[in-house]
Amino acid sequence: MKTMTDITYLKNIAKQLRIDALTMIHTAKSGHPGGSLSAADIIAVLYFHFLNIDPKNPRWENRDRFIMSKGHACPIWYAALAEKGYFDKSHLSTLRKIDSILQGHPDMNKTPGIDMTTGSLGNGLGAAVGMALAARVLNKKYFTYVLIGCGELNEGVIWESAMSAAKFKLDNLIVLLDYNKLQLDGTNDEVMPTEPVVDKWASFNWHTQRINGHDIAQIIDSINTAKKVKDKPSIIIADTIKGKGVSFMENVCDWHGKAPGDAQYADAIAQIQNN
Amino acid sequence: MKESAPTRDAYGQELVALGKENPNIVVLEADISKSTKTCYFASKFPERFFNVGVAEQNEAVIAAGLASCGLIPFMSTYAVFGSMRCAEQIRTFICYTNLNVKIAVSHGGLTPGSDGVTHQGTEDIGVLRSFPNLTIIMPTDFNMAKAAVKEAAAHIGPVYLRFTRDAVPIIYKEDMDFKIGKAIKLRDGKDITIVTLGDMAWYCLNAADILEKDGISVEVIDMPTVKPIDEEVVVLSARKTKAVVTVEDHQIIGGLGSAVSEVLSENYPVLVKRIGLRNTFARSGEYEMLLKKYGLDTDNIVSACREILKKK
Repeated sequence: MKTMTDITYLKNIAKQLRIDALTMIHTAKSGHPGGSLSAADIIAVLYFHFLNIDPKNPRWENRDRFIMSKGHACPIWYAALAEKGYFDKSHLSTLRKIDSILQGHPDMNKTPGIDMTTGSLGNGLGAAVGMALAARVLNKKYFTYVLIGCGELNEGVIWESAMSAAKFKLDNLIVLLDYNKLQLDGTNDEVMPTEPVVDKWASFNWHTQRINGHDIAQIIDSINTAKKVKDKPSIIIADTIKGKGVSFMENVCDWHGKAPGDAQYADAIAQIQNN
Repeated sequence: MKESAPTRDAYGQELVALGKENPNIVVLEADISKSTKTCYFASKFPERFFNVGVAEQNEAVIAAGLASCGLIPFMSTYAVFGSMRCAEQIRTFICYTNLNVKIAVSHGGLTPGSDGVTHQGTEDIGVLRSFPNLTIIMPTDFNMAKAAVKEAAAHIGPVYLRFTRDAVPIIYKEDMDFKIGKAIKLRDGKDITIVTLGDMAWYCLNAADILEKDGISVEVIDMPTVKPIDEEVVVLSARKTKAVVTVEDHQIIGGLGSAVSEVLSENYPVLVKRIGLRNTFARSGEYEMLLKKYGLDTDNIVSACREILKKK
């Protein structure tokens, strides 16, 4: 059940995660702000409303699994893991530095709370299929959640994984597509058109929903719906805005993998705080 | 000809035995279970068998996901696909993560002879040997294959197991002692060392017999674990004989010959002659005839030994 208080709380969490992610990228002088900001609201809802996890026991065997298949958006994930208490927030300023527990792309053996190494696009979904199958073999009740990006839909392996999830009727698998419609070299339409994206997944025998990926209530409702689906994997296609929350980054392809300068950073933080 | 059997059959049989002992063993297959022999496991344990279709990249990442939850996945296909179609998935999601996945492939080397080059796995070891954390094993015969599958399952971490399609001579006893990373000295000698991989051991032993008649004493070292290679045994033997020949059903670049040369260059440089495919693709044909055509037969091993002895 969600109340206005829940939604206000989650909005504030998302705001904090955006600030932390941008601060990390600014400090590191490299990283991926665009896709971190587009995923912020989804990550806030997953980590602070849904995931059955224990930060004190990161490898608890009955935990819900989460894979960030679009691993380059890890700053927003690291911010959530720190906020959740997996590690001290002081680590955030070490992003991408030698000896840091926070690698340039997610590493399951270096960062507490990370269930699967990612960064090589297209592969997180298959790993999630494995985790969902493991739940069946081991008779566990956990859900496996995956965040994928729209650029990843270019990869052939993602469609192999999509077919297999449907074959195995993995109703314990929930995919969220951060559909910001931009990839490194340009728009999806310029680089490799993805539409009709809902029809594609439906034709692969998935349960589909399409929502506004920045509307906290819609994210919550869609995940609740997905959890009730039987005998099919679920995908929530979340329309998002790359760079969401920072006017000069929104829908600008160049902010895919570039750190803001000092003045841009100050402006960005002010915009998020005053939103 | 001695008694012979395909090592893939040993894999299929041992997998069933493991499945009975250990409920955490699961098997992934890419639509060739009748050929890789995972069909035996599939019929006994359907709830732990997942056929992902002709999709090796997906097979590898699903295996990673299963292993991350504490299961022990064996993923099967042919060597050529299991090493190269999904090379990057193996590198990043199985080796970098150091997950407990066993990549168990049939059709290693030229054994799928008549199928031709598309199905012959002759570069697999070269591709995979540069991946940190990966153990690479090619069992010599049926009995060693059974022992190696068991050892691989007990070993924590990624393992690549390479089996043959064709029947290959049985040279070990049923209760043979196989240890990962340990070479087996098949024959003592003092003039020349042959280091062999897989079913090539049989031809090497024949070559040693022929050379013995000419008074040439050959040491034959069986090296089923290509990585981590048994450095100590290689160096000790080279110190004694000062001439080494390597024999493998694989390209001479990247495989056993390269591994032995690397060990010797860093520790005790001696002349090394590598026998294998010499920077060429093979072709369709009967396995034995292919071995002869590409110099992997007894006669060529004998010639290579005589040649290197002249240069010693």
